Amino acid sequence: MAEKIDNKSVFFNPFSANNPVVVQVLGICSVLAVTVKLEPALVMGMSVIAVLAFSNVIISLIRNTIPTNIRIIVQLVVVAGLVVIVDQLLQAYAYDVSKQLSVFIGLIITNCILMGRLEAFAMANRPWPSLLDGIGNGIGYALVLVIVGFFRELLGSGTLLGMQVVPQCFYDAGYVNNGLMILPPMALIVVACIIWIHRSRNKDLQEH
Amino acid sequence: MTINKQSNLYTIVYIAVLAVVVGAALATTSLSLHDRQQQNADRDKMRQILAAARITVPADSIIAAYNRDITEAYIVDAEGKRIAGDAFAVDVDAQTKLPALRRQLPVFECRAADGELKYILPVYGSGLWGPIWGYVAFDADGSTIYGAYFAHKGETPGLGAEIEKPAFSNEFIGKTVFKQGVFMPVAVVKAGQKPLAGEDYVDGISGGTITSKGVGAMLSDCLTPYAAFLKNLSQKSN
Repeated sequence: MAEKIDNKSVFFNPFSANNPVVVQVLGICSVLAVTVKLEPALVMGMSVIAVLAFSNVIISLIRNTIPTNIRIIVQLVVVAGLVVIVDQLLQAYAYDVSKQLSVFIGLIITNCILMGRLEAFAMANRPWPSLLDGIGNGIGYALVLVIVGFFRELLGSGTLLGMQVVPQCFYDAGYVNNGLMILPPMALIVVACIIWIHRSRNKDLQEH
Repeated sequence: MTINKQSNLYTIVYIAVLAVVVGAALATTSLSLHDRQQQNADRDKMRQILAAARITVPADSIIAAYNRDITEAYIVDAEGKRIAGDAFAVDVDAQTKLPALRRQLPVFECRAADGELKYILPVYGSGLWGPIWGYVAFDADGSTIYGAYFAHKGETPGLGAEIEKPAFSNEFIGKTVFKQGVFMPVAVVKAGQKPLAGEDYVDGISGGTITSKGVGAMLSDCLTPYAAFLKNLSQKSN
């Protein structure tokens, strides 16, 4: 390996400086789908962390044997296999959670962050940095998911994790839940606001 | 000897081995977890049946509560006569694809919290993205709804998915399906509207119109074959 890889930056960079959602703008589709409520956003974030970490390690272990012309197919097979196993495990040991997430678990396969990390990192690095990279990117993704889910559930339903947080007296005084927050377009607008704030605090990310 | 990793033979052998390994891993997972998953699914079905009769129990005592409160489970036909079979094992999804006259219609009799006998009937239909289903509990008069439970596979969270909330299913409590002796399933309409035929109705979910309509269609499709059975009940209780 020509350049030395700093494990610490591999793990922490995706949190903010190289966040997969906010900076690389990957995985936007699932941000839109699972962030109406906070709880699915949390479980989805954890599932993506698990799948990303394991697939990064597996691909990294077999990276020198993969024929280059079918590498994307190999990556896809590994990811799809892992996602199905996660889904089966959830059905057996966390039935309620698996019912809640239903189709979204299967949709992890199509999350571009996974293919992106496998192709860009795991194919070229050893298993240990790949594991850190997978967990780091998974957390970076989960962070954005939770922030978006927090605002959409709070403003759209007046609840957090299903518990009422906006007191009844607000409603009596004429406060109304913003129904627009529940609809998909607001996910993009909230993500855009996060990107805006993030870029304004990180001048080096701004494009001129 | 070095292997040429760019050769066609290597590629084909590689993908074949990968397919076998992943396939074996998936098959092992599926086989070893199948029993647990089936138990979970059965227990969840029991929970849903009890929920329709407004009985909620902690997860670890569902089977005990089911065996205690569900006094009898049997299958009836469209004429309300009992036929042989295991009511719990009936696949309601498959039954709704059959013509009403040939369906096996499961009935779960339940001793509810008020001490009265309730009749719980399963319903199955489709929402916007996938299947929706539920259970409706009737009083012994065969007309008044005592409780209802709805669930869905993948309706939009916050919109169509709200049908599984008590706020929606509790609207059905006290509605009746017989109007002057004529069977009319409860309709689901947009808030502020009323159905034309004069049947009882509940408000749909705003933003979840197609799911709400699906619930209405499901009730009409799945409860109508029970009309004879419910009619018998109401005559018995009078």
